[in-house]
Amino acid sequence: MPLDLDPAIFRAVATTIVPEASALDSQGWRDVDAAIEALLRDRPESLKRQLRLFLRAIEWLPVVRYGRPFTRLGPAERTRMLAHLENDPIQKVRVGFWGLRTIVLAGYYGRPGAAQAIGYAADPRGWEALR
Amino acid sequence: MKRLSYDIVIVGSGAGGGTVAQELSPLCRQGARIVVLEKGPRLRDDEFTGHELEMAAALYGASGGFLTSDGTMTLAFGCAYGGSTVVYTGTSLPPPERVIRTWNVSGLTHADLECRARKFMAENNVHLLEDSLINENNKLFVAGCRELGYDARQFPVNVKGCRGSSLCNLGCPNQAKQGTDRVQLPRAERNGVEVVTRCQVLRIGEKTLTARVGAKPAGAKGDPSPWEPGDYQVDAKIVVLCAGAVNTPALMLRSGLGGRLPRLGFGFTTHPAFIMVAERARPITNFVGHPKSYYVDQFVESDHFVLETCMYFPFITAKSMAGFGEPHSAFMRAFPRLQMILVLACDKADNYNRVAIDKGGQPVVHYRFQPAAIHGLIRGAITSAKIFFAAGAVRVHMPVARNTTVEASDAARLDDIATKAEFKPGKLPVSAAHLQGGCAMGAGASDSVTDSYGRVHGLPWLFVADASLFPDSLEINPYVTIMALADRVAQRVREEAPALL
Repeated sequence: MPLDLDPAIFRAVATTIVPEASALDSQGWRDVDAAIEALLRDRPESLKRQLRLFLRAIEWLPVVRYGRPFTRLGPAERTRMLAHLENDPIQKVRVGFWGLRTIVLAGYYGRPGAAQAIGYAADPRGWEALR
Repeated sequence: MKRLSYDIVIVGSGAGGGTVAQELSPLCRQGARIVVLEKGPRLRDDEFTGHELEMAAALYGASGGFLTSDGTMTLAFGCAYGGSTVVYTGTSLPPPERVIRTWNVSGLTHADLECRARKFMAENNVHLLEDSLINENNKLFVAGCRELGYDARQFPVNVKGCRGSSLCNLGCPNQAKQGTDRVQLPRAERNGVEVVTRCQVLRIGEKTLTARVGAKPAGAKGDPSPWEPGDYQVDAKIVVLCAGAVNTPALMLRSGLGGRLPRLGFGFTTHPAFIMVAERARPITNFVGHPKSYYVDQFVESDHFVLETCMYFPFITAKSMAGFGEPHSAFMRAFPRLQMILVLACDKADNYNRVAIDKGGQPVVHYRFQPAAIHGLIRGAITSAKIFFAAGAVRVHMPVARNTTVEASDAARLDDIATKAEFKPGKLPVSAAHLQGGCAMGAGASDSVTDSYGRVHGLPWLFVADASLFPDSLEINPYVTIMALADRVAQRVREEAPALL
C-alpha cells in the first residue's frame, strides 16, 4: 500500500473520487498503488506525512456529522463529505484535499488500463497509426 | 572531493544553457575548456515512450509536480539534457515589441532581441505546419474563434519531420522537435564542449562551484553521468547560470548572494493557467497531430489572458479539471470527444511573488494570485467556453463555477456561472510552465540582479542566461526570447574572454 496508508480508507476515498475504481480487481489496485509509489518516491517525507494525516482525518471527521467513520458511510454521504473538504473556507484544508485527489487521479489514470478504458490511444507513430 | 578546473562553466542545458554552450563553443578551438553541468539525465532516443507517468518522472523537476509554498499552483519545468526544450510544444514566437518596451531595461532594445530571435528561429527550423497536419481539436478552435470574430493565429513551431504523436510535453518520441537537445547542445559538443548530466550544482563561490554527481537510480531512464558519482569542486574563470527561473535564483540564494543582491528571487511571474475542457457529440482527432497550433492574444491588454490550443494526457487532464466523482469521470470517459484550450493569465512582477529557499537550501516559490491574474483566468475561461460552444461543444468543464459542468443551453449565462466568488485557491486546478524572473535585468543592485547582458551586479565573472532575467512577464511563450537573451550573454562573455580567461 502506498505511503503505508490504510487500504480500506484509501480505497473508500479513491472510489468516491473516481467511481470507476470500484470495478478494479486486485491487480488493478496493485497498479494504482505502484503508480502512486512511483509518483511519491522522491517527494519530501513531510508531504507523505501530511497525506497520511489528512487521510486519517477524513476517516474520523464524519463521526461528528454522521456518527460513523468515512469507511462506513454510503456513497452519497462520502461525496458530500469530500465536497465539504474541497470547498472548505480554510485554504489549507482545500489544499490537503487537492493533494489527496491528485495522488488518487495519478494512481487511477496513470495506469495503461485506464487510458484504454477512456479511449485515449496516443501513439508515437501519430497520423500513421490512425490510417 | 574531486577537484576539476575549467575556463567556463555553464549550469543548465535548456533554452539558455544550450544556446550559451553553442555560442561559446568556438572558444574551444582556441583552447578554452567549457563544461555544461546539467542536473537531469540524458535519455536515449528509444527511451521516449510517451507513457505519461514514466516520462514525467524522467524529464521534469519533481515529476512535474513542484508546488508553490501554499500548495495552490503546480509549476512544471524540465530537468534533462535540453532542459524544458525537451518538454515544450516547440511554439516559437519572437519577443513582443510592446513588452520589451515596458520592461524598460537600459541597453536592451526590441530590435536587437528580434534580430537574435530570428536567427534561432531559422536555426531551429521554425515554420507553420501545413494544413493537412492540423487536427480537429485545433481546427475547431479556429472555427469557434471565427464565429465569434476573434483573431486566431497559427503558431510557428520548431519541428522537423513531425509525425503528429501529440506527445510533445512528454518528450518527442520521434526526435522531431528542435530543442537544444537536438540542435545547440550536439553542435556545442562537436566543437569540444563537455556536457555532464546528473550533476547538481550545490553552491557557487568566488570562481568555483560545488557540485554533486548522482548515480543512475536502478530502473531509471537515461545514461549514467560521464563523471563518477560523488562531490566535486569545479574551479571556473567564468560561470553562466542557466538553471531556470526557480533554480537559478535558488542556487544564488543558497550561495549567500542574497545579501549583496536585495532583488534576488523577486519579480517571479508564471502565466498561471487553466486547462479548459469541452465535450463534443462525436469523436474528433485530438490525441493525434501537433497539440498546439493556434492562439489568440487580442485580450492581453484588456483582460490579461492569452488562449492557446492544447491536448494533454489522461492524468494531467484529470488533474486539471476541478471536482471529483461522476461529473469529473463523465468528461474523462469522453476523452476521444474532448476539445481543449489553455488559458494563460498575464501576471505582473510584484514584491510578493518570489523564489526563496528553505532551511535545507531547496527552492521555495511564494506566489499569490493577483487581482489582474484572477480576472485573466476567469475571463479566459469564459472566453474559452464561448469558443467551445460556438464550435459546437455540448458541454464545457468550468473550473470557476459551483457546478463545474456547463451545458450548451447555459452558454448565454457564462458570465453569471463563472465568478470571482468561485475562485478558491487550493480547490482550483491552476498550473504554470512559463516560469520567469527572479534575477531581473536592470540598472543596479537596488533594482535588479544583472545588467542587460546578464552580468550579475558586482561580480564580473558571474552571468545569468535564462528566463530568470525577465524583469516582468513576457506575455507569450518564452523560449525564443530566452535564446535571444542567452545569445546576448554569450556575446558579452566572448567579448570579455581575453580579460576574464
